[in-house]
Amino acid sequence: MQISEAWLRTYVNPDVNTDKLVQQLTMAGLEVDSVEPAAADFSGVVVGQVVSMEQHPDADRLRVCQVNVGEAEPLQIVCGASNVRVGLKIPAALCGAVLPGDFKIKKSKLRGQESLGMLCSEKELGLVAEAHGLMELSDDAPVGVDIREYLSLNDSIIEVDLTPNRADCLSVEGLAREVALLNKLDWSTTVVDAVAVGHQDTLSVKVTAPEACPRYLGRLIKEVNPLAITPLWMQERLRRSGIRSLGPLVDVTNYVLLELGQPLHVFDANKLSGGITVRYATADESLTLLNNEEIKLDAQALIIADDKQPLALAGVMGGSDSAVSDATQTVFLECAFFTPQAIAGKARNFGLHTDSSHRFERGVDAQLQNRAIERATQLIVEIAGGSVGDVTEVTSSDHLPARNAVILRRSKIEQSLAIQLPDAQVIDILQRLGMQVADHADGWQVSPPSFRFDISIEADLIEEIARVFGYNNLPSSSLFMRSELSQVTEGLLEIDRVKDLFVDRGYQEAVTYSFVDEDIQSTVAPGIEAIRLKNPISSELAVMRTTLWCGLLKAALYNTNRQQNRVRLFETGLRFVKEGDETHQQKMLAGLILGDVYSDQWAEKSRKVDFYDAKADLQAIFELSGCNASFIKGELSSLHPGQTAKIISANGQDMGWLGMLHPQLEKQLGFDGQVFLFELAQDGLLNKKVPAFTPLSKYPSVKRDLALIVNETVSAAEIVSCIKNSAETALKEVVIFDVYRGKGIEEGNKSIALSLILQDDTQTLAESDIETIVSRMLTILFNELKAKLRD
Amino acid sequence: MRQGDTYVHLNRVSTQQSLTKASSAVSATLEEILAQALQELSAVKDLIDLDKVRVNYLGKKGLFTLQMKELGNLDPEQRRAVGQVINQAKDQFQQKLEAAKDQLEADALSVRLASESIDVTLPGRGQSTGRLHPVTTTLRRISKIFATVGFTVVEGPEIEDDYHNFEALNIPAHHPARAMHDTFYFDAHTVLRTHTSPVQIRTMESEKPPLKVIAPGRVYRCDSDITHTPMFHQVEGFLVDTNVSFADLKGVVYEFLRAFFEKDIQVRFRPSYFPFTEPSAEVDIECVMCGGHGCRVCSHTGWLEVMGCGMIHPEVFKAVNIDSEQYSGFAFGMGVERLAMLRYGINDLRLFFENDLKFLEQFN
Repeated sequence: MQISEAWLRTYVNPDVNTDKLVQQLTMAGLEVDSVEPAAADFSGVVVGQVVSMEQHPDADRLRVCQVNVGEAEPLQIVCGASNVRVGLKIPAALCGAVLPGDFKIKKSKLRGQESLGMLCSEKELGLVAEAHGLMELSDDAPVGVDIREYLSLNDSIIEVDLTPNRADCLSVEGLAREVALLNKLDWSTTVVDAVAVGHQDTLSVKVTAPEACPRYLGRLIKEVNPLAITPLWMQERLRRSGIRSLGPLVDVTNYVLLELGQPLHVFDANKLSGGITVRYATADESLTLLNNEEIKLDAQALIIADDKQPLALAGVMGGSDSAVSDATQTVFLECAFFTPQAIAGKARNFGLHTDSSHRFERGVDAQLQNRAIERATQLIVEIAGGSVGDVTEVTSSDHLPARNAVILRRSKIEQSLAIQLPDAQVIDILQRLGMQVADHADGWQVSPPSFRFDISIEADLIEEIARVFGYNNLPSSSLFMRSELSQVTEGLLEIDRVKDLFVDRGYQEAVTYSFVDEDIQSTVAPGIEAIRLKNPISSELAVMRTTLWCGLLKAALYNTNRQQNRVRLFETGLRFVKEGDETHQQKMLAGLILGDVYSDQWAEKSRKVDFYDAKADLQAIFELSGCNASFIKGELSSLHPGQTAKIISANGQDMGWLGMLHPQLEKQLGFDGQVFLFELAQDGLLNKKVPAFTPLSKYPSVKRDLALIVNETVSAAEIVSCIKNSAETALKEVVIFDVYRGKGIEEGNKSIALSLILQDDTQTLAESDIETIVSRMLTILFNELKAKLRD
Repeated sequence: MRQGDTYVHLNRVSTQQSLTKASSAVSATLEEILAQALQELSAVKDLIDLDKVRVNYLGKKGLFTLQMKELGNLDPEQRRAVGQVINQAKDQFQQKLEAAKDQLEADALSVRLASESIDVTLPGRGQSTGRLHPVTTTLRRISKIFATVGFTVVEGPEIEDDYHNFEALNIPAHHPARAMHDTFYFDAHTVLRTHTSPVQIRTMESEKPPLKVIAPGRVYRCDSDITHTPMFHQVEGFLVDTNVSFADLKGVVYEFLRAFFEKDIQVRFRPSYFPFTEPSAEVDIECVMCGGHGCRVCSHTGWLEVMGCGMIHPEVFKAVNIDSEQYSGFAFGMGVERLAMLRYGINDLRLFFENDLKFLEQFN
């Protein structure tokens, strides 16, 4: 909410400057977002009056005016505005004036006619962004007086960003109340003089939803002049609150909303049929709102209706059919209390947010309606005339908000705020807040005022005391708490350690959005049902990721498109998979490499990364936890069919995938080289065995190299596991050190050279023992894999 | 030939001859051998030649060795005197030989060192080092600071139900505070968590006080412009125990902010409103960009809002069956990107999620 500082100061005027005032509000929890001058800087503009006017001899659209600016002689000023006329009072910029934008006014000649100043529009004074014609001042404007003084333009517009609990401050009176209590001052409320009743006509009011509308007031005002001009002071106060003047009837309702915090509505009574009913709508009803939008109503929508049709969405917006216009003669003025529960969410359901709904859904003072309707009546009659009828009031006391007294314990204040406040100070603060305070055995019984509907429990009162006392005046203590030694689980590898290892191996950590483009994801991870957002921010961020690859590929492309020829990225985070009705949020670890294996350097011939580079990185991770994962040939449609490995844990669980991005996808996505990807579930990866020591053998180890010829279809892993499964206790390690195809090897076969490390824990292995072991292994290798020793 | 001569000559030194005579004759011969040996030694150019010379004189059939063998033919007295003479000559040669060897080795080493000299300013080989994302770095710092006083890290789901994200946090349906959260929905009851506060509920549901917990993670708001991204990170922290007061909250927040910025910065608490805490506060720090004088970053106020906090609301305790008469607690939440931006001077939030290597590489 934004409000004129000068207006606020008419209620309470503490001896503090704007900066200090703003700071007080902010530090009391009414955060001031901005302070802007009410008008741009300008000078040398006074109230002038056109005393005579002649057509410019050489220009059709210009008039030569004599303007009284309060000096002995009128000034000749040439003016092109269409609304200039004799007798009109206008802002006149004199020679030497400086208008906003550093526009200097000088004596000049316009088409040969001398002009000693300029008559101004609101736009030229920087008051509004758009204006048509001169700014028309009221007839009683004092000629010659500086316009800044006359319009009180030396004012600031204070914008307060109020939290939802402080709806009591959504008005000038509400803010004045706070300023007064913060400065320990009294403040004056708006003086409301009830207008004498001039006719006996009323409209019947029926409330069928009293729980939603516990109080409804209305009255007829006849013979109003809808064309009356809203006084400049009111227009200016509205303008400084960001509200455009829309004629006196609407202006008054807006003004009272700002002044007292009570939303009101005016209906054109001649457009109503029969009486007023406050009820819930039915599903077949609709309503065209003031903004000309037609909404379909339903049984949740609280409406104001006449005997024929819905007239307004209660507490949100009126309808266009019953709106006041330039032809309005009689108005029905509505002033109601709708409960927050009845209004909350309703405006938003229709995509609306109005000053009225903003207040009702946060809460309006339920005791304010009588005063507000009298105030609005008073202002309407003052400005637009009219004859006032009786107020019809329908109140359901049972449904008005219950205002229960709250017990505030002395001990609880000390416990919560760690401070002992003298009773007198507590009582003083509460009373300044408008609360009734009575003694109670443990402290006080406090009755909050009707406008503080946010106060209902003890904690609310303690917060108020803290707020008024000042948070920064409250004590601060050093961490007291008792501490227990924390548990350190050795059987779990921390993901941070894994991240560090990736970083050490040249990867950058990426953080990509958890929602991705559905089309790209269905290509990268087909066949997995993604969870769809109901209200995505864009189609590119519409479904939850089922794989981290989408984000990583996008990030990689972002970089390759920016001349990066080497990308190594990893990311950790959740993926989201739907299985039946279950949503799985699974912690993943994924990575991507492309381009050169090392950054540009002088020492070695560069090469591109390949499958085994990525695999080495994964194996390094597995070594951290001692995870005995294996890589088997697998198939995944997004990966190259010949370079895809499925990663399986020691107990046979699927852990993830490693492979080359399918060349088709590589092209489709816009890469110009091979991309290697991996993704693993974290859970299997991070389980770690607490190390158990194995005694060291005292006997020497021996190494035997074998070159085996096998069919191409036999994988390295099969050979190694065949050897390991031979159950030779002396076998410590198998290392593959060469793979050879070509000359000397029959086509369709390959030679795999490996070293066996043999060591016995009880004796030195004799040559004969070694030969026995090796020959046993060779037998198994031949039987199972048809592997033969190379000659 | 010379060797032969010597041999013959030595033969002549017979037992019948006098000691003096014999020794002087030997010494004359030895002088010749020695002179010759030294001359050869001086002509040596490398260690291989040097070894040849050594073998010629000191090897099994070397000239000095042969002289020594001749001693057996002498009578014991002569033997000693002559032996002495031979040894002297031999020692002399050996010394020169060693010296020559040292010299040659030293020369060879310097040649090798000179040839192996490299440009040490050329870069090293092999894999470069990557970087952690600044969000991770910042999260780790925060967790580490709190871990020193026993806070443990807890995580929660990101797809969250309405109950944990709102209801249990005292934000019923249609509460105006819901408007402060631009929520992503999956259906009427399922959302992307808008804050890390649901972890507070989940923890208190399953564990009993005392509790000291930090909950970092991704959060989501349906908002995207120059200062908002639809996903960002928060750290929620909370402590529940007997006799926890607002003063403890202030103390923890002060100490944390000073530890995080490694500076004795000004901190202020401003009353605010969160449905799940009361009293609630916004915490401002003196602007780290301008030192509180006022700049673009702090909108010329000199203050920067860095976190929200408060005492856990009695309604929240009620939702998790903790007796708010017995226990009290505080909670705080902060934006990780915001803290990272202030700490590292990053001027654009969107950079965090573009993953531009030129950005990521800066945070070591």
